[in-house]
Amino acid sequence: MEIDKKLCVGCSNCVPICPMGAIYIGDDQLAEVNQEACVECYSCYRGMSVENLPPKPIRFLRRILASMGLRFQPEPDICPTGALLPVELDWPRSIRRVFSDPVVPHDLTEIAGRGTAEVKTNDVTGRVLKGEAGLVVELGRPGIGVYFREVDRVCQVLASQGVTFEAENPVTALMTDPERGQIREDVFNEKVLSCIIESKVELEDVPRMLQVIKELEPSLTTVISLGISTRCDAEGEDPLRDVLLKSGFEAWRAKVNLGMGRVSNPEVLVMEVES
Amino acid sequence: MTNTLHRYGTPESLKDDYIVFIIQSMGINDQGAEVKIKRFAEASLEYKPVNMGHSSTGTLYEPEKDQSFFKLYFRGREEKRSPKEFVLSLENPQGVDMVFDNKAAMQGFLKDVKALDLGLSVNVSALIEDIREVCKQNEIILHSVEYSLGFHGDVDRLPERDVLKVTTMCGHGMISAAFAQKMISHIKEGRVTPEKAAGYLAKFCVCGVFNTSRAIRIFNEIRKGG
Repeated sequence: MEIDKKLCVGCSNCVPICPMGAIYIGDDQLAEVNQEACVECYSCYRGMSVENLPPKPIRFLRRILASMGLRFQPEPDICPTGALLPVELDWPRSIRRVFSDPVVPHDLTEIAGRGTAEVKTNDVTGRVLKGEAGLVVELGRPGIGVYFREVDRVCQVLASQGVTFEAENPVTALMTDPERGQIREDVFNEKVLSCIIESKVELEDVPRMLQVIKELEPSLTTVISLGISTRCDAEGEDPLRDVLLKSGFEAWRAKVNLGMGRVSNPEVLVMEVES
Repeated sequence: MTNTLHRYGTPESLKDDYIVFIIQSMGINDQGAEVKIKRFAEASLEYKPVNMGHSSTGTLYEPEKDQSFFKLYFRGREEKRSPKEFVLSLENPQGVDMVFDNKAAMQGFLKDVKALDLGLSVNVSALIEDIREVCKQNEIILHSVEYSLGFHGDVDRLPERDVLKVTTMCGHGMISAAFAQKMISHIKEGRVTPEKAAGYLAKFCVCGVFNTSRAIRIFNEIRKGG
C-alpha cells in the first residue's frame, strides 16, 4: 500500500487504522507507509470511507485553521480525499497480501483466508479422525505479525516432533521439504499479519506437543494463538478437554461442528456408490 | 481458519457472544449450496443477529466510498444495512456467519437450522458449556470440537486487555489496536458514542463476526472506569 501524495492532506486518520502501525506522518506533513512494516492487508484501503474532497482547498483550509489553533478533523474512519493507493505486488512481496488479506485466495491452494476449513467441515471431509488431534498454531495473531523466517523455525521444530502437516494449508504449500518443515527461503523476509500452521498428531501425543510449544515460547519474537481440535464420539463427548486441563491449559471457548453436513455433489455420491 | 475462535476475555465477558455459521465444502457439497446458505441466513432474521457476513459477501457494515461533502453533512452516513437487506443482497455466498448477543437467540436459531436440514456444515463458536447446553436442548450431537488455548509467545507485545477484548472480535486482525484505543479515548472524552465507535470498528471486519453489542457493552464499562 502507498499514499498518493497528490491527494493526501495529512489529516492522520489513516495512522491508527493500520493493524501493523505502518502508516505515519512524514517530514512533509503527509502520510507515508513504512513498506517494511506494511503487510498488504488492505484494511486501510477497504475499511475507510472516502469523502472525495478536493485536496488543495482542504490543505489551504487546514493551514488557515492551524494558524488559528484549530484543526480540520474528519470523522475518524474517513479518508477525506481517497489517498490510499494499492500497488501491483511482485513476488515475493505478493505473499504478504495473500496471507494478510482474508478476501484474497492463495495462488497455491485457491483458498481465501489463512488456513483451511480445519474441523469446520470435518463432518464431510474427515480431516481429523477419532483418536487424532488437529494442532492449529497461528503465528502473529493477534495484531503482531510474523516473518516467514520465524514460521520456518517453528515448522521445523514441529516437524522434528513427527507431526503431519495439513497438505491443503498455504503454509505447507510453501514448504520445500514438508518432512522437515522447511519453508522456501525466498519468502523468509516477508512479513504477514498472521499465518496458520496446521498439523495432526495422535491424541496421546497432545501433552507432549503442548510441552514442545511451551518450550518454544521464550524464543519467539511474536505471539501465537493456539487451537486444538478433535472428533467427538457417538454421544458428542470429546476426550480432548480432559487432556488439555491435565496439561495445564484452560479450554472453555470452542468452535464446534454440529455434524449437519453431508456429501451432496452428484459426482461424489456416484463415486461413493461405486466404491 | 480460526477467525471466530480466539476471542479475548473471561468466560463471564463472553456471555453475550455467540457465532453460528454455515460453510460449503468445495467439490463435496457446493453444488446448490447458494440456495441453502440463503435459507440459513433468512432463518436467522427472526432471532435478530447483531452482525452477519462472510469474506465472500460483505457484512452489515460497509464503508461508503462515494461520500461527498453534501452527502456527509446533509444526508448523513448510510453504512449499515439491515439484516433483511443483507440477506436479500446475497450473491453466490460460500458461507455466512451470524452473530447473536444472547444464548436464547442461538438456541432458537439452531433449532430452526436443524429442522431445515440443509446438509451443509454448521458450526457454533462460543463458550463450550453454553454450546453443550443448547445442543442438548435441541438434541444435536457434537461432531468435532476445536478449543482455543489462548495467546502464547511474546505476549508482552500485546496491547492492554480492554483493547484486546475489542480487537480480537475480528479474528483476521483487521481491526487495529491503535484505532480501538483511539475509540476508547474518544468515548471517555465524550467525543463519540459507544454505538458509533462500534460501527466504525465493525466496518473493518470483513467476515461480519465483530459483535457490536459486546463492543458497546465493553465500551460502556470502560467509559466509567470499569
